[in-house]
Amino acid sequence: MYVAVKGGERAIENAHAWLAEERRGDCSVTELSVPQIREQLSLAVNRVMVEGSLYDPDLAALAIKQSRGDLIEAIFLIRAYRTTLPRFGSSEPIKTEDMACDRRISATFKDAPGGQVLGPTFDYTHRLLDFKLAAEGADVPAAAVAKPRTDPIPHITEFLNTEGLIQTEIPCDETPPDLTREPMELPTSRELRLQALARGDEGFVLGMAYSTQRGYGRNHAFVGELRIGTVAVEMEIPELGFSIEIGEITLTECDTVNQFTGSKTEPPQFTRGYGLVFGQSERKSISMALVDRALRWKELGEDNLGAAAQDEEFVLSHCDNIQATGFLEHIKLPHYVDFQSELELVRKLRRDAAHPPKCRRLQNEQL
Amino acid sequence: MSNYNFAYLDEQTKRMIRRAILKGLAIPGYQVPFASREMPMPYGWGTGGVQVTAATLTPEDRLKVIDQGADDTTNAVSIRKFFEATAGIATTEATQQACIIQTRHRIPEADLREDQILVYQVPIPEPLRFLEPRETETRKMHSLEEYGLMHVKLYEDISQHGAIATSYAYPVKVEGRYVMDPSPIPKFDNPKLEMAAIQLFGAGREQRIYALPPYTKVVSLDFEDYPFVPTKADHTCDMCDASDSYLDEVILDDQGNRMFVCSDTDYCAGRQQAGYVGALGTAIAEDVA
Repeated sequence: MYVAVKGGERAIENAHAWLAEERRGDCSVTELSVPQIREQLSLAVNRVMVEGSLYDPDLAALAIKQSRGDLIEAIFLIRAYRTTLPRFGSSEPIKTEDMACDRRISATFKDAPGGQVLGPTFDYTHRLLDFKLAAEGADVPAAAVAKPRTDPIPHITEFLNTEGLIQTEIPCDETPPDLTREPMELPTSRELRLQALARGDEGFVLGMAYSTQRGYGRNHAFVGELRIGTVAVEMEIPELGFSIEIGEITLTECDTVNQFTGSKTEPPQFTRGYGLVFGQSERKSISMALVDRALRWKELGEDNLGAAAQDEEFVLSHCDNIQATGFLEHIKLPHYVDFQSELELVRKLRRDAAHPPKCRRLQNEQL
Repeated sequence: MSNYNFAYLDEQTKRMIRRAILKGLAIPGYQVPFASREMPMPYGWGTGGVQVTAATLTPEDRLKVIDQGADDTTNAVSIRKFFEATAGIATTEATQQACIIQTRHRIPEADLREDQILVYQVPIPEPLRFLEPRETETRKMHSLEEYGLMHVKLYEDISQHGAIATSYAYPVKVEGRYVMDPSPIPKFDNPKLEMAAIQLFGAGREQRIYALPPYTKVVSLDFEDYPFVPTKADHTCDMCDASDSYLDEVILDDQGNRMFVCSDTDYCAGRQQAGYVGALGTAIAEDVA
């Protein structure tokens, strides 16, 4: 017998309690601490900071713990927190040329001023499960230490610029619009696109970038330079009238050098794609640079090949995983009212198909 | 939750949303872009409606939240609790007693009054979206009042199926100007869109707000020879015997037996209290006793 569905409130409370238990897992296993996540799952923390658009490793680690390791859920927690924070100013543009690099490589030159610095990378590891890690308590042997380099590490793409071989980016002092404070209106600008891509889902941006490599809007990218390290963040304090350093952040920056045979408006030269993200996030920054370059077709006078990665509206409307996952998952909410109206409609159409009503036009003609 | 501002959003954000609402009311049916915030609930769960409600609420207001017409569906419960916690306002399940009603997928059966506001949660605000996926194009079509594509779609429905194959989110024309998506309400509800209350539509993920001022003319798109017909299940409510309300079909057992019951739980409960009894109504009273 039908009983009206009551008790949603109690069901929700009980579901939350069960969820909390599941999050903790087996209580005989030591609980994970937030510093452990911050230190030992730092690449997950980085992703949450990038796509959450908030540089705070402790909060990102907390979000990962709370979300049971579901990184999109963790990103969502950070975004929802971020949106409540007051804005008390904007930093000066960071100077990545002054970065204290942990890693800095170029694929376009064998060597360059500042050197190739491999840094902590998975690149040349053999992907063999290390069963020693399964045994707890093993100390990690200390890595060799060298004196930090003190020579400047200029951007490699600038060397190409001395010959005029690479397109010059025009500097601009205007404060870029903030994607999180103003509705996005299309067509948009490169700075807004870069904001959206930086916050965009790593998997989505990777897939888009990959599609350009496979021929859907190919742009022949080389990694001109990939650098990872810390930079100072400076802010002008109105009361002081000058900038002071308010902290340091770790960033990954990728400059791609893209072949370009010229167009109606531009001579043959190399062109650029750019990726910049929080923390160590090489995959994301390279993907971002490739998609950035693909989206610049109009500005460079290239042909629109109809590729998805060239389509600003397509890329920007679908790269945000918080929007995407919310809308995707909302279809599990009750839709029975709409479904009921569809039921009525399908039944009516089936009835009509079995016994077609007289054509109205014929009826009119008979009149 | 005391760390948050009244109704969660900060006053600057509310001001921005109120400006969008006022613009929407000034241009009925026009989709106003607004800087939607990330809410502590997912996009798709009513973040647009929640932001509009948050910007509209005052401490003296009494709020009703429904989903599928019911006050006790899980997401309605969740949103109601959100405002109880962040705004400390009174809530009600009685349509007549509510100052603001936030809804998903239904318009209450009872007539609303001039001193009430109905807030809709909107998933896709653009009525032309499934005909033209590009926002850049659809905005142009609206500004040029170029709605031929929509009429062609409705015409093709008729030529293919003998009827307009849209049963919810049925497009309407507002004051003879903008074609508007009334949100995914069943087309049964479309005639109720002309009402005394203010109607506000919030689409969070799509960053749009639009509005219908009281007594705005709202016409469901149709053709002279194929006029718009609001439909519902051809039954009366098995609980309260109402013949004028939108019904949910509930499967009772694995024999395929089913019953029909009002989707508007407050309307149904009110009628049952007033002594109306549907075909299965008495049996339930006995069960409970």
